[in-house]
Order: sequence, then structure tokens, then C-alpha cells
Amino acid sequence: MIAIVKYNAGNIRSVQNALSRIGVNSIVTSDPVQIMNAEKVIFPGVGEAGSAMAYLKELGLDEVIKSLKQPVLGICLGMQLLCRYSEEGETPCLNIFDAKVRRFTPNDIVPHIGWNNIEELSTIIFNDVNEGADVYYVHEFYVELCQHTIGSTNYIKPFSAALNLNNFYATQFHPEKSSKVGQRILNNFIEL
Amino acid sequence: MLKKRIIPCLDIKNGRTVKGVNFKNLIDAGDPVLLASKYAEQGADEIVLLDISATNENRSTLISIVEKVGAALDIPFAVGGGVSSLGTAYDLLNAGADKVCVNSAAIKNPDFITALANNFGSQSIVAAVDTKGNLDAAKVYSHGGRKATDLNTLGWVQRLDALGAGEILLTSMDHDGVKDGFDISMYRQVSELINIPIIASGGAGKKTHFKSLFETTNVTGALAASIFHFNEIPIPGLKKYLSEFKIPIR
Repeated sequence: MIAIVKYNAGNIRSVQNALSRIGVNSIVTSDPVQIMNAEKVIFPGVGEAGSAMAYLKELGLDEVIKSLKQPVLGICLGMQLLCRYSEEGETPCLNIFDAKVRRFTPNDIVPHIGWNNIEELSTIIFNDVNEGADVYYVHEFYVELCQHTIGSTNYIKPFSAALNLNNFYATQFHPEKSSKVGQRILNNFIEL
Repeated sequence: MLKKRIIPCLDIKNGRTVKGVNFKNLIDAGDPVLLASKYAEQGADEIVLLDISATNENRSTLISIVEKVGAALDIPFAVGGGVSSLGTAYDLLNAGADKVCVNSAAIKNPDFITALANNFGSQSIVAAVDTKGNLDAAKVYSHGGRKATDLNTLGWVQRLDALGAGEILLTSMDHDGVKDGFDISMYRQVSELINIPIIASGGAGKKTHFKSLFETTNVTGALAASIFHFNEIPIPGLKKYLSEFKIPIR
């Protein structure tokens, strides 16, 4: 069973809908035992880093997520919370990925909303995904390029489109809203 | 490179898609769930659903449409019409909408935008503005364009940005339904004033209208309804056309 981590951040329903469309059952839960016993875990989210971290700590989910050994996929805010630190609310995060989350400088239109290319793709999560494929973004903070970067996008500056370390994968874009390309990426994760 | 978004808008009344000219003379344009899915397959970048009945009795009908659209669509969609409390916004987002559009409620109480942004994040909040009149004299209209306000359009969009809106959906009522092209000069002026994405709406009638809009303004999306509903400009053809002119299109 796939567990989708439920906390005080949005778009959880969208992730469950996307999994249903590829015929995958999932449960939406904040129960540590269900999350720890799940075959795979998706950590989604759209929201604010500071209040999300505070909520995860309150439920004890910060330690649960860090301890997971099965494949984990962080999406958007989920990806940012897996990093070391976020400039959003000056929030220390889960520190799976040794990377910092920064605010876009207002040199261009912010938030970054819409479809943009992903490039320099690596790891199994991007199997059968073309270099330069378009995916859907909606965010105003980004993860800098780092040793864990497995895909990048250029908006204002190049940033991490996706990260990987051991069993932890993460995407800044929304595979659940990225049409056929996103469906492929979710499938790749499910088949890990 | 960030792509320009083509956004079909579905006006919903009593569970059906409708289309009128200048917000009047409504005719039936089909089942919203089927239409939204068709547009997603055709390459729409995003969908907007606007509930133009927006009464309490129709609220549960709308929620059920949002649930069905969310289950079917693999692209983002925004929902608006009568979003006037954190509770209604929560219900729509929880039913599967990616964003909510807010219009009259923000005019009545501007702090509502900030409250929404604090609760759901700016990126989930589309501030919809209906405007009428030329440039500096343009005024904001509320209640689906039925009620004039004292708000100056240029001042209001800047205020919405400052209050925490994530995007502005700016509809030119003078151009809406007339199919005579977008209000280019307005979008040029507004995009110099604010730094958040602007979606242009009102006036699309030909493919060249989209081309001029994207070539001469900084708007990141264009919204249209009837030309898509009645298949006057199919989305795949429109996107191919724009790509040929090197406009960044998915």
C-alpha cells in the first residue's frame, strides 16, 4: 500500500486522484504506524514551510519521515521540507538532503507558475521521460543545485527540479498535475 | 523556458457549462466534466471553472463537479464564483481544486486575500478582476460584472499583489465576448505595475489575438471560453500556430 502523508498542507487529494488514474490504491494518513508500514510513502504538500514543520513535529511525523527506509517521494513543499533549511519562515527542516531552500529574487515574475522544462535528468525516476519535457510548477521558493540534484529547471536561475539520496526522491514540480509526463514519473516511482 | 498558458474557462450554472456575450444571453455549452477532460487531452495548460450561479443551494452541486473534474484531470484547475469565506475556499481545495478565484469578496473585504494566502499559500489564490473603461480611468466591477465600484483598476491590482494574491485574472469587460482581440494596452500597463503572473481574459476571437498578446505583453496566460466551447479555435491548432511564431508553448 502507498501511504500519502496527511498534514496541514494542500493538494493531497490531487496526488491520490493521480494514483487512482494509474490504478494504484493509496491511503491518506497521518498515523505513524501506517506510514512506517507502507510499501512506499508520498510526502506531498502546498503550503508554508514554518507552519508545516511545526505541525509535523507536533504529530511526531518529523522523526517518522526521517527514519523511513522504503522509497519516499516528496513533492513541492514536501521536497523543500526534506532539505536542511528553508528561507521561508527561516525554518530548519528534515535535513535528508543537504541543500538550502531559497526565495526567488524578483528579477522576473514570481511565483513561478506554469509549465517549464526539466533537464539533465538522471536516475530511474526519469525512465522514458525526454530531456526538456514540460512539467507543471507552482512555487515561490526553490532548492539550489546541489550534490543530490537529479534534474534541473532554469527560471531566473537554474534550480533543482528533482533530488535523490538513497531511498528518498523528490520533485519541485507537480507530477500529479503534469499530464502524461507526470504520470510516467509517478509510475516509475511506484515500480521502484 | 516558462511556457505561455492557454486556459479554457468554463462558466458553470446549475451544473452545466454556459456562455454569454458581455456576461449576458447565456446558452448551454455542455457538461463541465466532459469539456474539462476534452480540453486537457487537447493540450490545455490549465482550466478555470467559474460558478456563475454561486448561490448556497448550488454549492453542493459545484463541490461535486469539482470532485469529478479533479478525479479526471491530470492538469491543474482553478475554481471561482462566490468564494467568500475560508470555509468555502477550503471545501473547494479539499474537493481537488488547485486554486480558488476570488473576486467580489476581496472587494468587500480586501484582508480576505491575506487570510486566504496565510491559510492556503499565495500560489493557491487567484484574484479575479473585472474591469471596464480605458487605462487610467478603468474601474473595477463586482458581482460578475453587474455592479460598478469606486476602485481604480490599476490601483486595485497593485493592492491585490501586496495583499498576497498569487496571480491576477484580469478580464476586460469591454472586450469580453466581442472577439475583437485582447486589451493589449491595458495588459502592458498592468504588467509593469505588478510582479505576479497575469492571466488575460476577454476578446479572444482569432489565433492572431493570442499571438499579439504574448508578443507584446508580459502576461503568462490567456483565458478564453466560447472560441473553445464552439470549436472555433481548437486548442491543438492554436498551440501549433503560436509555436510557429516562436512563442514558448507546451
